[in-house]
Amino acid sequence: MSEKMITLTIDGQSITVPEGTSILAAARQADKDIPVICYHDATTPNGLCRLCVVDVNQGRVLQPACVAQCQDGAVVETRNERVERSRRTILEMLDSAVDLGQAPEIQTLIHDYQAAPDRFPDAKRRDHSELDDNPFYVRDYSQCVLCWRCVQVCGEDAQYTFALTLGERGFNTHVTTLFDIGLLESPCVFCGQCVGVCPTGALKPKVEWGMEQGFSADEIRQMTRRPRRKADSEA
Amino acid sequence: MFDLESVLERYSERGRDALLPALWEIQTGLGYISLDTVHRLSHTLHVPATEIYGVIEFYSLFHTEPTGDTVIQVCTNPACGALGADAVMGGLCDRLGIQLGETSADGRYTVLSTTCLGLCEHAPAALVSVRGVGERAVAPAQVDDLLAGIFPPYHPVVGGDIRVLLDGIHPGRAQPLADYGDYVALRHALIASSPEAVIETVEQSNLIGRGGAAFPTGRKWRFTRQSPNLPRYVVCNADESEPGTFKDRVLLEGRPHLLLEGMALCAYAVGASRGFLFIRGEYPEAARRMAKAIAEAEAAGVLGENILGTNFSFHVEIRRGGGAYICGEETALFEAIEGKRGFPRIKPPFPTTHGLFGQPTVINNVETLCAIPGIVRHGPDWFRQWGTDRSAGTKLVSVSGHVQRPGVYEIIPGITLRHLLETTCGGIIGSLQTVLMGGAAGTFLTPEQLDTRLTFEDLWAIGGTFGSGAIMVFNDTVSIRDVLQRLGHFFQHESCGKCFPCQIGTQRQSEILDRLDAPLAGDYERLHDIGLTMTQASLCGLGQTAASAVLSAMQIWPEVFAGREGVG
Repeated sequence: MSEKMITLTIDGQSITVPEGTSILAAARQADKDIPVICYHDATTPNGLCRLCVVDVNQGRVLQPACVAQCQDGAVVETRNERVERSRRTILEMLDSAVDLGQAPEIQTLIHDYQAAPDRFPDAKRRDHSELDDNPFYVRDYSQCVLCWRCVQVCGEDAQYTFALTLGERGFNTHVTTLFDIGLLESPCVFCGQCVGVCPTGALKPKVEWGMEQGFSADEIRQMTRRPRRKADSEA
Repeated sequence: MFDLESVLERYSERGRDALLPALWEIQTGLGYISLDTVHRLSHTLHVPATEIYGVIEFYSLFHTEPTGDTVIQVCTNPACGALGADAVMGGLCDRLGIQLGETSADGRYTVLSTTCLGLCEHAPAALVSVRGVGERAVAPAQVDDLLAGIFPPYHPVVGGDIRVLLDGIHPGRAQPLADYGDYVALRHALIASSPEAVIETVEQSNLIGRGGAAFPTGRKWRFTRQSPNLPRYVVCNADESEPGTFKDRVLLEGRPHLLLEGMALCAYAVGASRGFLFIRGEYPEAARRMAKAIAEAEAAGVLGENILGTNFSFHVEIRRGGGAYICGEETALFEAIEGKRGFPRIKPPFPTTHGLFGQPTVINNVETLCAIPGIVRHGPDWFRQWGTDRSAGTKLVSVSGHVQRPGVYEIIPGITLRHLLETTCGGIIGSLQTVLMGGAAGTFLTPEQLDTRLTFEDLWAIGGTFGSGAIMVFNDTVSIRDVLQRLGHFFQHESCGKCFPCQIGTQRQSEILDRLDAPLAGDYERLHDIGLTMTQASLCGLGQTAASAVLSAMQIWPEVFAGREGVG
């Protein structure tokens, strides 16, 4: 069966792709860079970070390139004034809420889009204390951008373990477990897939975390062999 | 005494879509939902316990910690705010010796604030939840009555230039089936019309959706019928939560059979045999009356199996929302019925092909469906005799705030806002400052715009919206800053948190609005950037309109955003 092909214009360049191709995929095919945060090739795209928004036919609202499909004859602009404002403002707001210190890719975007540091003074941040409740990995949700990837791979995108979910809603949304129990008490099987898809430093293998904290190889070996509450309480 | 075992037993053959009903029973019976209960429910429904917890966390009427025997939630919307909500809240807290959000020392009362309860015509409003009994909406709320457990019934205030939808509304009770009649339009359609002919009639009537998005109803039905997949569903969106909107509540409580007949006609037209009526959790009386009406209709053979002796069957199930404005967004509403967190889905695909349970679905607002029986019975020309080409038929508006008679009014589109407020509603109280048109997601109008005609097209032409027909009137005793702050808190509280622009934007917008008395340099530009970003880059209609009123206020009253000194 031959696929139906459609032709659209991306930044003035005519591109022909099979029907059903996302704008992001078409743009990548044409070597055009559209930034993403939540998008990951291995997880179901949810179009929630909105960094990938593009202008399609100068419509009333912008379209998320990761999930919006190419339409025949569409005129797409991947970086015009309103696209830039949206991306810049989203980055500034994210920076005002989350510790992005260990998210180099997002730091690069902040630089690219000239997002102002401290654009939002006196802003409530999503501060969480570090959770060190198992020998395998450490969770610091102050660095969590809520891309959902960890919840997705823990659930129906991969593992079907359902150890993770989202608590509260709106700005206060956070990744958590059943009644915030520790991971050892949860259904978590420590498959590590959540750590693998985390785009920031929110989820970190215990060994990497221990090395950053300056523990010796021996000390790290000790701490990854049995559950610990908080490193500082035993230090 | 609440018996968890028997509740779980009743749900043992049910799937995930029974989650919200089960949570409601447990919440009402026990006052909260414990870890142990979640584990039990997980085994009953075969839903991961962690997922159930995520669902409970999403909805504001479900609690995971014990609360007082009675939970009193006081409405904080702008209409209630303008008419004394803070005094009620403060009075309750003073008398109980607690802060907002706390439980009294004797464990009897918890006092919370909540977003719009849809009782704006009797502002200020409160929602009272008594453990083991259920919810009750109270308006106007008075401290003494609330603490004495006295809940005087509220009666709808209705009026207008014409009575079509509001015909047969009586204070204090729902119109019984005997008064409503024998579903004449449905009988007529089943005997004399094909489903196709019903769709054609609705198309020709020019009826457009009354929920806010104004999509042509007939076209929606046609797309759904054209979708090859089966089964198809009919869903009524009775999650009316737009601040200042309460017309659907009046229809649900007053004319349940009009709505049920409209749903049945829709089901016949699109080929559905199962429908859901999703009523917001804050409308307990509407849910009770609709449940009674469904039983009444089934007993009379106008709903259920083999309706009126034909081979057409249609069953309606009620679903109560858990307290989330976002569930008025159609795809978030589907998620809620499916037993999930109320996150809006990416569109396309649209509900007409991929709706409830991934199946073709018509989802219509209460008022839209209530217009159907008349259209089918009397024909499209009958409906089009009122209004304009683009705003055909009669239209309900909810008027609240500073008018002599706040209430639900049935209007003929084309009358002016001035006529509505100065004549129909008995006049404006005091000196008019502004009208918030279309609810929290609407725009402010100035006194100079009072002669605007109330039609979809006239309001669009001045950059406004008819929205859901909410009209909040504020005289010059009201502080615009206070109104804006309440709107900011509303969206901050109701953002689902899915997409970044709205999740963080509603928080930042609210923070900046909260410091309007002493703004920081650059706040105007910040609000502007947040507003445009939410409007253009958000995932759903909530985020896309969360800055609408603020952006319109920035145009009308730039001085309000310039700090206290800038105001003359």
